[in-house]
Amino acid sequence: MRYISHTPFQVKEMMDVLGISEIDELFEDIPDEVKIKGDLDLPLPLDEIGLKREFLNLTEKNKAAGFVSFMGAGAYDHYVPAVVKALVGRSEFYTAYTPYQPERSQGILAAIFEYQTMMANLTGMDVVNASMYDGASSLAEAVLMACDIKRKNKVVVSEAVHPEYVETIKTYGFGYNKEIEVVPCTDLLETDWNNMVDMVDSDTAAIVVSMPNFFGVLEDVKRAAEISRAKNIMLIVSVNPISLGLTIPPGKYGADIVTGEGQPLGSALNFGGPYLGFMAAKSEYVRRMPGRMVGETVDADGNRAFVLTLQAREQHIRREKATSNICSNEALNALAATVYMAYLGKKGLRDVAYHSHAKARYFIDEAARSGRARIINGRVFNEVVVEIDDLERKYQSAVEQKILPGVKLSRFFPGQENRLLVAFTEKRTKHEVDILLKALGVK
Amino acid sequence: MNGTPLIFEKSRPGREGFRLEKADVPEIDLINTIGEELLGREPDLPEVSEVDVVRHYTGLSDMNFGVDNGFYPLGSCTMKYNPKINEEIAAIPNFSELHPYAPEELCQGTLEIMYRMQKYLCEITGMDFFTLQPAAGAHGELTGILIIKKYLEASGKNRTKIIVPDSSHGTNPATAKESGFEIVKVSSGKDGLVDISELQKAVDEDVAALMLTNPNTLGLFEKHILEISRILHEKGALLYYDGANLNAIMGIARPGDMGFDVVHVNLHKTFSTPHGGGGPGAGPVGVKAFLRDFLPKPIVEKEGDKYFLNYDLPHSIGRMKAFYGNIGVVLKAYTYVRSLGARGLKEASEMAVLNANYLKKQVEDLFEAPVNTICKHEFVASASNWKEKYGVRALDIAKRLLDYGFHPPTIYFPLIVEEALMIEPTETESRETLDAFADALRKICEEARENPDLLRKAPHHMPSKRVDEVKAAREVKLKYVPTE
Amino acid sequence: MSKVPKNLLYTEEHEWIMVEDGRGTIGITDHAQEALGDVVYVDLPAVGDKIVKGETFGTVESVKAASDIYAPVSGTVVEVNEALKENPELINKSPYEDAWMVVVELDDENELDELLSPEDYKNILEGE
Repeated sequence: MRYISHTPFQVKEMMDVLGISEIDELFEDIPDEVKIKGDLDLPLPLDEIGLKREFLNLTEKNKAAGFVSFMGAGAYDHYVPAVVKALVGRSEFYTAYTPYQPERSQGILAAIFEYQTMMANLTGMDVVNASMYDGASSLAEAVLMACDIKRKNKVVVSEAVHPEYVETIKTYGFGYNKEIEVVPCTDLLETDWNNMVDMVDSDTAAIVVSMPNFFGVLEDVKRAAEISRAKNIMLIVSVNPISLGLTIPPGKYGADIVTGEGQPLGSALNFGGPYLGFMAAKSEYVRRMPGRMVGETVDADGNRAFVLTLQAREQHIRREKATSNICSNEALNALAATVYMAYLGKKGLRDVAYHSHAKARYFIDEAARSGRARIINGRVFNEVVVEIDDLERKYQSAVEQKILPGVKLSRFFPGQENRLLVAFTEKRTKHEVDILLKALGVK
Repeated sequence: MNGTPLIFEKSRPGREGFRLEKADVPEIDLINTIGEELLGREPDLPEVSEVDVVRHYTGLSDMNFGVDNGFYPLGSCTMKYNPKINEEIAAIPNFSELHPYAPEELCQGTLEIMYRMQKYLCEITGMDFFTLQPAAGAHGELTGILIIKKYLEASGKNRTKIIVPDSSHGTNPATAKESGFEIVKVSSGKDGLVDISELQKAVDEDVAALMLTNPNTLGLFEKHILEISRILHEKGALLYYDGANLNAIMGIARPGDMGFDVVHVNLHKTFSTPHGGGGPGAGPVGVKAFLRDFLPKPIVEKEGDKYFLNYDLPHSIGRMKAFYGNIGVVLKAYTYVRSLGARGLKEASEMAVLNANYLKKQVEDLFEAPVNTICKHEFVASASNWKEKYGVRALDIAKRLLDYGFHPPTIYFPLIVEEALMIEPTETESRETLDAFADALRKICEEARENPDLLRKAPHHMPSKRVDEVKAAREVKLKYVPTE
Repeated sequence: MSKVPKNLLYTEEHEWIMVEDGRGTIGITDHAQEALGDVVYVDLPAVGDKIVKGETFGTVESVKAASDIYAPVSGTVVEVNEALKENPELINKSPYEDAWMVVVELDDENELDELLSPEDYKNILEGE
């Protein structure tokens, strides 16, 4: 394939206009020593038919995609409605750049403004930015933001935050020379609050918790809020947005910055990305937030219009004094989340949250009843850690039945060989849960 | 309310769109399972029907403009056509419905593509190893500079400064700062290139790296690149390649051969994946062999016939995000590379450069050129003559272009050119389109002479008239609040 | 040509200061506001904060630019112009009067000797 519009004759004409006889003359300023001799070593080009044949072959090797999945751990198999796919697939949206020209970009600007509004309502916070890369990097940016606001160099992070998020925070912290301390969990897989209090010192800017936490457990967030108030430090909460269909918004219990992974709101699993990082904060911190924001204003006729605003925070204006280096974000995933939330509405989002929760509860109750599996902590939203003897063999037998029974905790925590993190969404049926229970030798 | 509509205004209590039938598991008592303390109310979201949603967002899409709508010569952004086959491939359920923690033996297709893409990017850029993890260009920059920081630390060198040219993207200094470095600025010479003698003076034992875009943001190739590389390396500093402008040199020259130690590429620019109204992009980072162990975890490797995620990188900087990168975007870029092959990529760069030079020639009598030599894939013109004579700014010209059906170029960047118009036509545009755009600029210049107010008040035929950015910033309103 | 009142002292970074009885009132010049365009936000220190000559003590933002404000002298802030928070446009309308930014108690009056006279500042503007 080639995506060039010129005919050979036009190329010749254009070269004549420029007074050159060889295309190479346009590259005379590149020193010979760095010019490539010959062709790059890449496979021969394919036409569309050839491409599809090649990809068919590759897709067949992705057997996991067709399995019944109970995998979560930060990426969830929620249903993406046809409406979301259809509208996000409109190329006026997806082939556009960042809306730098508001007069011709009212579509995406209005959608982002709606996104900011819906996310603010969902989290109970004042202001939301136009999106970040994913749940992990938005949390890391929140940590830098808190250190900047408080002019302190340390944050205390719960071990019950997603381990890959903790690693991301540490990497960002390494860059910015911040100290990241991790508080271990209790045996019940909850944040050890007493320990956390002890680790907060005079150089601490914030505490970081996850709700629900990595192990699915609903944390005692009010305790977290008490600590942050008592110590005069910021409370950063990483939330699963679907859980907010059932639980109180973090703004209600006093979070200062809320971040999270927005993938469950209408984005496909895509083997880990592109996803949607979101960030919300109290209004007093709005000028310290990273990323783009859309604001309401009027046009020359006095009609309502939307525009990128507070840009003096951003790298293209403030350069090294910017609040972050972020430029491209995940606008299309934010659009998906907007359409998803608009379409589901207040009742639909609660229903999705309820279904996911109810299925997790069914699994927990059945497992508890059987006595053949140990639920470590059943106070969860849609995901739970279960301990099963001889897990590896049972896992394999489930996989043979085309079931992905969950994420093994040993992937992140060596020594937890018999523990499985099992996630539930509205897509799973009672029948599927029963098959899982049987495969795991629980029922 | 006149003007752009919002979904909230279509909401009516009790109206429903999406519906889930009753769950097939036993009903539960939320007070018991969630607890009274944590149980919330229904979230405050709109109540609209499915047709409301479809009409509203279809209406909004009509108020938007993408590459599929028309010419989009936004400098530095490489708004080339986004092939439809890429979208179709990436949407195949066996790709899009794959969980990132699924057992590796059941995801071999995607892992194989990731592995090959790492290899292809190495070949195209002349590097030895690649990570696909960074989610965007700036994210790639941060990854790359952290790799350099960690490498220097591991070598026992304490270096505190990063050099950036004054023509650089804002992300460069912002990245250096976010990585804990001080920023040293070097200016460009009259020829628009890095001033070598100034660079020589700036490079000392405290310098960790120079961040450079090549061709630079004026669209000029830094032809002293080998000299620049020597100056940096002699002092033990590294050279970082900002890949924003890679579209000019694919198959012609490689950053790796120019002496760059770390590069990032923007798949959403050079490799034809759509920008999504601001994202997602993808910013893979490549390094020379001596930096491999510092890459973020994991990278995809191959043992026998099996592809696997290798977390064993002893000096790794850690992670830049969860999982492995924007794989949906990588798939589209992979499709692009497989469609074009080596010759096709080279032809793309050649035509991109031909188009830029051709268009530059068509408008050279209208604007001042900061440097008048052959350019690469883009060029910068200055509207300062129009500002002086007629009080018409680059902004006004840009807004008037909207009325002519074109997306305007990037304006007011690079910062070193006054009233800058940064024009990047890309290779996918036809000669007819370039001619039409040049004609529009010519007509607009005539209008500037005869009726400058027509430009100052432009656009006239868009979904919104000139938008009041000052009001937006003074009276900050970031969410919809219903009027009672 | 922008205004340069004769009763003030200036910095190369376009701040002005008016000194009376050991106290200095500080703002940005007409030229500075013109270069910035419509000011949308001002960030100023609080009463009691120390400012240090040559270092930044606040920022002024327009839609497309942000500019640090450099202290012409060292001292302690004794008064802040709160009106600018609500009405940043005062900086465009009245840079030398209504849009004064802070009043400081000077640490060392000798620092004033290093500032620019109106004539010197005017010359710099003409050279730009």
